[in-house]
Amino acid sequence: RVSSDKDKDWGAALRRVADAQDRDAFAELFGHFGPRVKAYLMKSGADAASAEECTQDVMVTVWRKAGQFNPARASAATWIFTIARNRRIDMLRRDNRPDPEDLPWGPEAEPDQEDALSLQQETEKLANALRELPEAQRSMIERAYFNDLSHSEIADATGLPLGTIKSRIRLALERLRHSLS
Amino acid sequence: MITHHLNDNLLMAYSAGSLPEAFNLVVATHISVCDDCRARLAGFDALGGALMEDDEADLAEDSLANVMARIKSGAATAKPAPKPRDPVLPSPLVDAIGGGLDAVQWRPVGGGVRQAILRTSDKASARLLHIPAGAAVPDHGHQGLELTLVLQGAFRDEEARFARGDVEIATQDTQHTPIAEPGADCICLAATDAPLKFRAILPRLAQPFLRI
Ligand SMILES: [Zn+2]
Ligand SMILES: [Zn+2]
Repeated sequence: RVSSDKDKDWGAALRRVADAQDRDAFAELFGHFGPRVKAYLMKSGADAASAEECTQDVMVTVWRKAGQFNPARASAATWIFTIARNRRIDMLRRDNRPDPEDLPWGPEAEPDQEDALSLQQETEKLANALRELPEAQRSMIERAYFNDLSHSEIADATGLPLGTIKSRIRLALERLRHSLS
Repeated sequence: MITHHLNDNLLMAYSAGSLPEAFNLVVATHISVCDDCRARLAGFDALGGALMEDDEADLAEDSLANVMARIKSGAATAKPAPKPRDPVLPSPLVDAIGGGLDAVQWRPVGGGVRQAILRTSDKASARLLHIPAGAAVPDHGHQGLELTLVLQGAFRDEEARFARGDVEIATQDTQHTPIAEPGADCICLAATDAPLKFRAILPRLAQPFLRI
């Protein structure tokens, strides 16, 4: 079951949390993402009690790191997913997963409205395409993300017909190049 | 200019959080120098976010109250200041080593090649290799997956040329003899999930020392 508030601008709510420590905006974020983070953790094998505890940790992190959210780089759902995934890895004491070196990021590099909008649109299209996939294909992707297919088994899930949209998300992100390498 | 990239399989597994640690290190290091794969990874993260959007579980009654109480007692974290960059090693490697190139504990493994094992689990191991310009890593095959990321210099094998930032993905079907190009010594990060199979008898004897 899916609440009807999925089209809300969660990026703006995160901004209000970051800029004004807005508790009402946070409560709305919590109401939407809390149950989703918990479902993700339970599908990944956590029992209800530890999933609840971890969800609370994740949402505390969302509050504390809201200022690091950048709508030109990820949607709110994407960003919160990465926090929940990292917490899940810690919880299961799985293999450490180092993060890449961050892009240089200063006050001069304010997120571009147009980048943020195009990323948002592509992310929504990706979510819709995912919902329209045949059940067998969708469940393959779910198993990759939730139930820990091994990395060699995941090969079967990567060829699914989401490639065009994924590559458009990539195009939307392409302006975020930096000067390494 | 990077020409050999990570494949979708590895990027999705890294995004899902199901790779062994040694491979995570190679992926994070490559993405640190490759905006192309960074953007592709963002696509896979978006897929994870979209999947998470589609299901809910009931929270405990006092869930929000607990979180608000914890928030009250802690401040927001500022974005950590970027650390100074090592010219050769991207930050995931600096963290894994605990310092820059001068902190690496090299051990000779024969033929002028040196290595430093970074982490070993029962699933996969990672190591840095230092191959003198012009020298070869013994001819070998693979029982599993081997990722080799070039950090300095370049090497060539039967397949192609690999320079800084390039990743070679070798599988069971790959039998190769990587040779460092003349000029600069070649430094690579290599991760495997199974011991390598050396063809010559001498390297086979050396395998327990190499621990690869
Ligand atoms: Zn790449
Ligand atoms: Zn090899």
